Amino acid sequence: MNRFLTLVGRDLRLALRQGSDATIAVMFFVLCVVLFPFGVGPEPNILARIAAGVIWVAALLASLLSLERLFLTDYEDGSLELLALSALPMEAVVLAKTLAHWLVTGVPLIVAAPLLAVLLNMEPGGFGVLVLTLAVGTPILSLIGAIGAALTLGARRGGVLLSLLILPLYIPVLIFGAGAIDAALTGLTPRPHLLLLGGLLAGALPLAPWAGAAALRQAME
Amino acid sequence: MAVSFYPLSYWRHAALWYSSGVIDRLPRPQQRHEVPPPMPVFAGTDLTCLRGDRLVFTGLDFRVAPGGALLLLGPNGSGKSSLLRVMAGFLRPWRGTLAWDDLSVAEEPDGHRRRVHYVGHLDAVKPVMTAAENLAFWASLGGAADPMAHALSALERLGVPHIAGVPGRYLSAGQKRRLNLARILAAPAPLWLLDEPTVALDRAAVALLEGIIAEHRAGGGMVVLSTHADIALPGAEELHLDDFTPLSADDEDDEDALPEEDAA
Repeated sequence: MNRFLTLVGRDLRLALRQGSDATIAVMFFVLCVVLFPFGVGPEPNILARIAAGVIWVAALLASLLSLERLFLTDYEDGSLELLALSALPMEAVVLAKTLAHWLVTGVPLIVAAPLLAVLLNMEPGGFGVLVLTLAVGTPILSLIGAIGAALTLGARRGGVLLSLLILPLYIPVLIFGAGAIDAALTGLTPRPHLLLLGGLLAGALPLAPWAGAAALRQAME
Repeated sequence: MAVSFYPLSYWRHAALWYSSGVIDRLPRPQQRHEVPPPMPVFAGTDLTCLRGDRLVFTGLDFRVAPGGALLLLGPNGSGKSSLLRVMAGFLRPWRGTLAWDDLSVAEEPDGHRRRVHYVGHLDAVKPVMTAAENLAFWASLGGAADPMAHALSALERLGVPHIAGVPGRYLSAGQKRRLNLARILAAPAPLWLLDEPTVALDRAAVALLEGIIAEHRAGGGMVVLSTHADIALPGAEELHLDDFTPLSADDEDDEDALPEEDAA
């Protein structure tokens, strides 16, 4: 456990010192959402109707941005091999790096989302559910993304390949995430959607590190 | 009837039981205190390595005893790095087995990884972390109680205490290499796999490295090292990788058949 936290701490320190990943993801998220009123037109009704979907799609794309570098820098400078030789199991390495990635890119999205919801004229009643779905959903995005990042490691133009590989897998998260907010806004209970999201998280939490570790071992051969 | 057959079947069962090797696996408490625990031996038999569809080496045997050193020699592309990666467990041998103390490495890969320190071509230095922070991270991952103290003393040992506060991006190639070598001192492991550790090192650093390796071996550690440069490893066994490449196996005159482009 100590080693796990050491690795999370190192990745957070690296991310904070390099500073780019976290700010880029959240800036992209904001800009992406801000573009919609320009494209769709500023009618408040239409914006309020599409707000949940727009925010979720933008969050999805933003979390995809820095995924490519999740394992790439460690792979290129040889750290990944040394991590594989450490007492920490490879699955824990994947989980630690994914957790650090989520803390750096996912959490700022959750914080920024209510502000963007105001911008898109979303009913205040949906804010709570919006934050809740993002809090459950963005870890799933990071976990699924970690599998893709591990699989595309060492591939040429891995970033493009990664998006093609991962975006279809994000669809269930998007459906239940946006669905929960829509349900709350139309006066229904968002509970089933949230439970399904929780189920996805419960499935991804053990499976993604396992699959990612297998892919990393393959990449290091 | 049954009574008269009883002794016969008893002996048959006893014989079967004995030959099945069960007895060999039974604990023998009376011997446990007399014989000291056997020193671990790291050995490979009949190793064959395939990279893509290219055969790198085949039929390779090696054996490293505690305190022993194995020097891998051979021209570029003869499979020195591949062999070290096989030993570290990154690459699975296509054929053949690796054994630590007669226990197959393939059966407990996680246990094997913990025994190994690997120094490859890449120095694993993070540009935004200082040298001491880089080192302390690996020390703490290796289980050191006070990683920063371990890191500083390892840097001291490598003769570069002054780079402790310097960010990785400002380090020279030689300093990065020293930092990488300091990493193997920061947390103990019995088997050191060093892939051309002398690259980018100056004479003084090579001498330091020789001393560190000698100390490690004196403590019962093992070293497998590949190199093109001169490095003094007293009593080291030499393994010429080109003896095991298919090219030289097919040719009559072994060494001369290889192209002479390894100066690059």
